[in-house]
Amino acid sequence: MKKIFQKWFPPVLAVVMAVWFFGNLQPPKDKDFAFNQFGQLPVVADGRLKPMDSLARDSLLEIRQVQMLDLEPWKEWYVNHKTISADEWLANVTMNPAVADEWPVFVVANPDLVSLLKLPEMNKTNSDGEHYSWNQIQPSLDTLEKENDRVEKIDSASRTAYENAIAKLHERLMLYAQLKNTIQPADADNWPAELASFEQSIPDGIAAAKAQQAGQAYNKTNFDAFAYNISRFQFMANLEPPLILPPDGTTEWRRTGDALLDAPHGKPLDNFTHDYAKMAGALAANDPEQFNSALADLRSQLVPTQSRALAKSRAEVFFNQMEPFYNAMVIYILAGLLAIFSWFNLSESLRRSAVWLVWLAFFIHTTGLIYRMVLEGRPPVTNLYSSAIFIGWGACLLGIILEKFHRNGIGVVASSGIGFITLIIAHHLALEGDTMEMMRAVLDTNFWLATHVVCVTVGYASTFVAGFLALIYIVRGVFTKTLDEATGKSLARMIYGIVCFATLFSFVGTVLGGIWADQSWGRFWGWDPKENGALIIVLWNALILHARWGGMIRERGLVNCAIIGNIVTSWSWFGVNMLGIGLHSYGFTDAAFFWLMSFVASQIAFIILGLLPPKYWRSLRDKTPA
Amino acid sequence: MFIRKTVEFFTSLKLTVTLLAFAIVLVFVGTLAQVDEGLYQAQSHYFRHWVVVGMHLLGRNIPIIFPGGYLIGTLLLVNLVAAHIYRFEFTRKKIGIYLAHLGVILLLVGQLATDMLAREMQMHFDEGQTRAYAESATDYELIFQNGDEVTLIPAKLLKASDELKIDSLPFAIHVKAFWKNSDLNFRAPMTQNGPPLTTNGIATSFDFVSTPETKTMDERNVPTAVIELLPPNGLTGDWVVSGWAGDDSLVEAIRNNYAGQVGPQMAQDIASKLGTMQTVTIGGKQFSFALRPVRYYEPFSLTLLKATHTVYPGTDIPKDFRSRVLLQNPRAGEKREVEISMNHPLRYNGLTFYQYQMDAGQVAQQAGRTPSSVLTVVRNPSWLTPYIGCAMVGAGLLIQFLMHLTKFVSRQQKK
Repeated sequence: MKKIFQKWFPPVLAVVMAVWFFGNLQPPKDKDFAFNQFGQLPVVADGRLKPMDSLARDSLLEIRQVQMLDLEPWKEWYVNHKTISADEWLANVTMNPAVADEWPVFVVANPDLVSLLKLPEMNKTNSDGEHYSWNQIQPSLDTLEKENDRVEKIDSASRTAYENAIAKLHERLMLYAQLKNTIQPADADNWPAELASFEQSIPDGIAAAKAQQAGQAYNKTNFDAFAYNISRFQFMANLEPPLILPPDGTTEWRRTGDALLDAPHGKPLDNFTHDYAKMAGALAANDPEQFNSALADLRSQLVPTQSRALAKSRAEVFFNQMEPFYNAMVIYILAGLLAIFSWFNLSESLRRSAVWLVWLAFFIHTTGLIYRMVLEGRPPVTNLYSSAIFIGWGACLLGIILEKFHRNGIGVVASSGIGFITLIIAHHLALEGDTMEMMRAVLDTNFWLATHVVCVTVGYASTFVAGFLALIYIVRGVFTKTLDEATGKSLARMIYGIVCFATLFSFVGTVLGGIWADQSWGRFWGWDPKENGALIIVLWNALILHARWGGMIRERGLVNCAIIGNIVTSWSWFGVNMLGIGLHSYGFTDAAFFWLMSFVASQIAFIILGLLPPKYWRSLRDKTPA
Repeated sequence: MFIRKTVEFFTSLKLTVTLLAFAIVLVFVGTLAQVDEGLYQAQSHYFRHWVVVGMHLLGRNIPIIFPGGYLIGTLLLVNLVAAHIYRFEFTRKKIGIYLAHLGVILLLVGQLATDMLAREMQMHFDEGQTRAYAESATDYELIFQNGDEVTLIPAKLLKASDELKIDSLPFAIHVKAFWKNSDLNFRAPMTQNGPPLTTNGIATSFDFVSTPETKTMDERNVPTAVIELLPPNGLTGDWVVSGWAGDDSLVEAIRNNYAGQVGPQMAQDIASKLGTMQTVTIGGKQFSFALRPVRYYEPFSLTLLKATHTVYPGTDIPKDFRSRVLLQNPRAGEKREVEISMNHPLRYNGLTFYQYQMDAGQVAQQAGRTPSSVLTVVRNPSWLTPYIGCAMVGAGLLIQFLMHLTKFVSRQQKK
């Protein structure tokens, strides 16, 4: 019985987790309004074609830092909260702002800012003291605007927390205002009716405007109504919201505002504008049937010319729902815990379960990675976000290979540990906005992204694996009795092998970067911070290898050096971006700086542990003569 | 005994490790210092010196002496070469190691050669303009022209309160002031202006002021000098010569800047006041003179046919910059069109032309400016060394790594 259990438990557990993952793939059904269908409509935002669903998720992430909106955040956590999907939120923001403006979506956590805007304090009916609605903030918009004018003049590096909060909130409100002007003017009460009357008024309006300009008598009612509409459409277009109207053969993707402004110039409005207006009217009138039929009509209009855009949107929506990186993260945690337990009771079936689970997580991780590459048409690493995903993937693969040879749970713990941490980092980087942003001119080259960037990132990943193995060595050695001589030797051999591997990739990657720079700027090496960061990794790995060959360091020296590798790599990965100089710098965030410093401090603490004499190591104490 | 110790020292792995450690610290502080000192300044201070004296880090001055980039690089090279000569024995087992280190030697030597031989220049042109020369981005020269007689004086020689005598010129030049970086303002009529710097030439229309040297990468220093021309008899007074006036692209930039404030007509007027070469008559000869970026003439020319700047739809994110140019080389009888874009430079006649900046697309169109393009022009005879070096090190490390791996795997399988 026990044997059967030991044999079958690992695969059964993996199958359970796999069922959990694949079960979530089924998209949720629309109840009345077809918001999921709405999410599949193509739109151009941030310079690329994407589904409304991605626009909704990215915007909600930027504004509220979540992908589902909790409408009642002031309720206790154990009570059932009403939550809605990002799609439903976006549909209401763009087409039914009267309702959306009541939802607590803006994060205002800074207490000074809360009091500046005279926002309600935490209570049990309409405020959790942290999330506020447009309607709650709106009365103080002028105050905010004034403060923001002042803050904008301050260099972003020398702003206080309060000033950062001002700038951030202003950015979020701007984004919200853009979204509100995507489909209809934000102040529309009954958009389909207003649109129809505008179209009707065009001939009379033009006549009145011409007469007015010529200094002749004109119909003032017609003129005022026309001028009022033109000015609000101009306002709409000037906000530069996403482009929702597909090309009609003569134009590219267009904004509603631009199309409305073109209407008096002999370019009649297309069916898409009308269908969107119908949807808006139906949503405001709470008429799901009308909404769904307008939506169906819009989709059928898109089919003949935009079938590729529709297919791409559908694919991306599927990817959004799959959430492969989140799911992989959950499984990594489980696998890591099982493997760690296996060290204590030395249970082979626990270790095997962990291996099975890591394989499953790696499979999901890989699926997500490849899916992203196909969606983007790019190599795996294009920005900081995807570098985190790829470092996790590479480290996981190395860990699996190590486990295959050593079969002692160490590879699995390294795989799941780094996989989990990097996916957490990626999750936080995703809060900055669209993670599939377009590549600026100089980066727009798949060849160098596929060679230089991938090599350097594999170099990062392997240096982290070596460092993580070193952490395992120290934790097990100092705090437990599980680091016997064989395990220690095996760990040291793994670290040495991985450092060799890391040297190869970081060196080749760094030099390829130089060659890319030579190809695009005319200089092989410019001492740019990011280049220097990569060079330090190469030099450090080379130093470890030479010190080992020269006998200057042995097992524990190697372990401590590998931990310094963690510091060096995190500096190159994130630290140099915080200097705010050079060609590679892409922004600075206070939170990132705090976490980087904490990471460095923790690594130094581990090195200090590693330097403790053997008598303080629980694993070594018994073997060394006192 | 002494010789043996010296040889042991220079071939030891301890020296390698020490030098690598020094290199890491140097690269790290050299990166941090860029915040305080600027990229170019920090590069030269830390990496292009034998010894680094004093550091500026995080707003503080640290009095310390540290080996510089040249010293560490040279010692590493000596260490590497010496160790290989001294311990070299050809075995199949070590072939990867030898190959990798040979590659590193090539990279170090190549980088040193680039450092000494490479020259970086720029070429500015509007659509329709032809250029047969490239200009230095950092160095200026003072030019005196009388008909076909041209005298060039490097700006390096202009030192405040010096007097220069040049054989080909019938006068001496007294440098009254020299500012490495400067700014200018138009002396608009009807506004409160102080007295002009001098009463001759461009100084009557513009005020020039000295400004601190720039540290950032995308700005450059524009020098200005106040000079007095001293003929054997008589006086000509003081003159201002400035990089702002002698550099066509800067004059153009000034014009664009003023066009927004005072309208295109007035801006054109201001630009021609600034850009026209100043003249002085001495001993019956008329000399035109200006302070301009050093020019390097080539036996061929490029004409900018079209500058294109595209963005992603609905955004300002640049998607592509490209310049279509006509390459004409009368000597070789060559006349062809070439496209230069980001990541696709033109290599010709030992020079490489890279797309650098561009003023084209919607913004330029709306402001009514002629589309223009700036190319970076580089002469680097050793540009191939990193390619070869990288291939050698990569191959060497790969061989070594694979040998270890196969040995490891076969040992595991035997178990």
